[in-house]
Amino acid sequence: MLIDPTLRRVGAFALSALMLGTAPAALFAETPADTLVIADAIDDIVSLDPHEAYEFSGLDVVNNVYDGLIELDPAQPTGPQPGLAESWAVSEDGMTFTFKMKSGITFSSGNPVTAADAAYSLQRAVKINKSPAFILNQFGWTAENVDQMVTAEGDTVTLKTDKAYAPTFLYNCLTAGVASIVDMKTVMEHDVNGDMGNEWLKTNSAGTGAYILRSYKPNEGYILQAREGHWRGDAPMKSVFMRHVPEAATQRLLLEKGDIDIARELTPVDIEGITGNADLKIQKDVGGQIFYLSFNQKNELYKNQKFLEAMRYAIDYQGLAETVLKGSMVPHQAFLPNGYLGALEDTPFSFDVEKAKAALAESGVSDPKIVMDVRNATDRMEMAQSIQNTFGQVGITVELNIGEGAEQLKRYRARQHDATLQSWGPDYPDPQTNAGSFAWNDNNADDAGTGTLAWRNAYDPGPLNDMTAAAVMERDGDKRAAMYKDLQEQHRTTSPFIVMFQIGYNSAMRSNVNAFYTGGAIDSAAYWLVTK
Amino acid sequence: MTPASAPATPSPWPARLRGLFGALLSLALTLLGLLFVTFIISRVVPIDPVLSIMGQRASDAQIEEARIALGLDKPMWQQFLIYVWNVLQGDLGTSIGSGEPVLQAVSRAFPATLELATLATILGVLAGVPAGVLAATRPGSLADQIVRLVGLMGYSMPVFWLGLIGLLLFYGILDWVGGPGRLDAIYDMQFEMEGMSRSGMILLDTALAGNWEMFSNAFSHIILPAALLGYVSMAYISRMTRSFMMNELSQEYITTARVKGMPEWRVIWVHAMRNVLVPLITVIALSYAYLLEGSVLTETIFAWPGLGSYITEALGRNDMPAVLGGTIVVGVAFVTLNLLSDLLYKLVDPRAR
Repeated sequence: MLIDPTLRRVGAFALSALMLGTAPAALFAETPADTLVIADAIDDIVSLDPHEAYEFSGLDVVNNVYDGLIELDPAQPTGPQPGLAESWAVSEDGMTFTFKMKSGITFSSGNPVTAADAAYSLQRAVKINKSPAFILNQFGWTAENVDQMVTAEGDTVTLKTDKAYAPTFLYNCLTAGVASIVDMKTVMEHDVNGDMGNEWLKTNSAGTGAYILRSYKPNEGYILQAREGHWRGDAPMKSVFMRHVPEAATQRLLLEKGDIDIARELTPVDIEGITGNADLKIQKDVGGQIFYLSFNQKNELYKNQKFLEAMRYAIDYQGLAETVLKGSMVPHQAFLPNGYLGALEDTPFSFDVEKAKAALAESGVSDPKIVMDVRNATDRMEMAQSIQNTFGQVGITVELNIGEGAEQLKRYRARQHDATLQSWGPDYPDPQTNAGSFAWNDNNADDAGTGTLAWRNAYDPGPLNDMTAAAVMERDGDKRAAMYKDLQEQHRTTSPFIVMFQIGYNSAMRSNVNAFYTGGAIDSAAYWLVTK
Repeated sequence: MTPASAPATPSPWPARLRGLFGALLSLALTLLGLLFVTFIISRVVPIDPVLSIMGQRASDAQIEEARIALGLDKPMWQQFLIYVWNVLQGDLGTSIGSGEPVLQAVSRAFPATLELATLATILGVLAGVPAGVLAATRPGSLADQIVRLVGLMGYSMPVFWLGLIGLLLFYGILDWVGGPGRLDAIYDMQFEMEGMSRSGMILLDTALAGNWEMFSNAFSHIILPAALLGYVSMAYISRMTRSFMMNELSQEYITTARVKGMPEWRVIWVHAMRNVLVPLITVIALSYAYLLEGSVLTETIFAWPGLGSYITEALGRNDMPAVLGGTIVVGVAFVTLNLLSDLLYKLVDPRAR
């Protein structure tokens, strides 16, 4: 006999215990009816302090936990809506804005929301000076003067700006996370060494939003709990549980099994795989990130307008979107993403070898060679290979220089690239964010150090500089939108930029989940309207 | 003979102390070496950590400011000394990515890995040792062939693929086990909201709290990744057991025992096994240590928030303080296990004392 009989019995017992232990799993597959369970990769979160958060996942939390004076409607984020302010007005000279606060709203602590809280919050955002502070600094606010520029009296907050900017510029910026209103009293109670409660707010909340941050563990997930008696009305989902699940295939499996309600990071292949599953649905949306090619005009070749035109017709936009990118991006050909004020939605350029060859012949350039910097990410390399191929068909040789993202960025920032495939995400929900970078370069010298995208490509926008400057000051909203349209029309036919795609969001969810808004290109996700 | 001329018999204590001191010294030197190598690697990779943090928007001045704030403007030897000094004081730095102290993050990730690796090793030993013995006692038989084949599959099949297939089959189709993550969402929230985390090992915490429903849910989640990792370690352990056991079975004392009419199970499991255990302990300890490094792929597929996924995600973000901190913990675990296996070795084999 090889095995001791006693051991055998122990083994049999261990085996049955193992089976018993695994059996109950099947009983708990469904998520609770009043809890929204989401899987996403959330390792981009740096901080959940609304005046510091500046990443997609962090801003999603901020959007649900805090409110600003002005808010966007999640279902239709086109224009400013009253948030904690019920009305607002701008002075004759366009440099003083007043906001009348709503009454009867409280923070999660129970403290009433006052104009003083609002003023403190905007001052705090400028003073702690974290990544998104520059959005507010644009109005001439500095740590030194912000106490005078942003003031509160009674139920009114007054904001002064250093110039008469377009009112929509200010309003749009006030919908950004950095303009969230925090509970002054609670935050000050957690001040450590004058950090204005920054350390505490990184993992706690003190806002007026529909949810309270109950727990956050980096790289694991967070839990939000709904507030009773929220000013927008109680959220149907009493809890939101975000699980950090980095692997798309795992997200898909969890969703198919009903262990999560929404999967936010599925690959095009996974999306294809679940299409047709009656228990699931896919919600298509676009985000703010755009993908573009740019060419360094230190190389005289890229000042040749006909050569640039040849390249614009030498990219298979539609084919790439359908085959390689499979819906993860949609063709888009201007620097403002769809969803932004003044965005151009048409796509005048398409893959046309004959047109491209004709333009190349007209340009007088023979045997052109391009060295294109590309980040070592799969989608980008595939995109670049397709471009290499279609450029080749036209007679333009492309050599790909593939490398690590940060290193490519270093070359780009130092104007050392020849051509590059890049992406750009807007910083705040106003067209100035992209116009100010793609079409603004008032000093093209190597040591100017402005860092705008136009500067990085040694591109002098000429008259477009003035157009950009004028658009950000235009007080009539409609006229302003028209100015951006005009600016982009000229930019996309004369600049060394070829904007190709806008990122697409494919949120997959159980079919009983409704009213989940990702925020599209200009806002963040809203959980408080979700039902299931 | 006068007492004075008696040969001095040294007290065993100084020798033991010397041994302990030597062990600690070698531990310290190993860790210092590890720190040095990891630090150098983190600094010579052609990736600018500042640029990774600051991204597209920052101006040159802001980048320079951040470089100074991170101490990256100082000479490399100075940076290393500062780092070692901080580590000695228990400060592993702050993660660039999450802004969280690395020690805090690592002490959360490590128990998750420890729990998984421990169960996997137990499963690996429970399956691997008997399989190895079976193969050794019947060399060339069908059983031996099967053990060999199963072992070979464990070695050669990519864990990533095996994990996905396992999930699809046992979770997706058969519904036998819980899915990715350490608990179902509802329990996960309860565990978190009720502050049930004591040791960070959910099986232990739920058992201590007497919450058997949650325990069983946690077990249903850990069993698949643990079985998968256990399978890989079983493959290794069974091959090694087979070879050690075959070596022992050819010894004369085994023949003697058999001739004396001792039952075969006693010959194998008591007499031969006692000698097999000596080298086997090292094999098991090594395999355990390997799993403690955090098996990156398994943790990723099973959304297991352990050390492996922590270090990998940190690497992806060029978050060097987090990578260094994680590596130190792995190093300490490795060295400690080695030390423990040495101690056990001495316990099992009197000749080694």
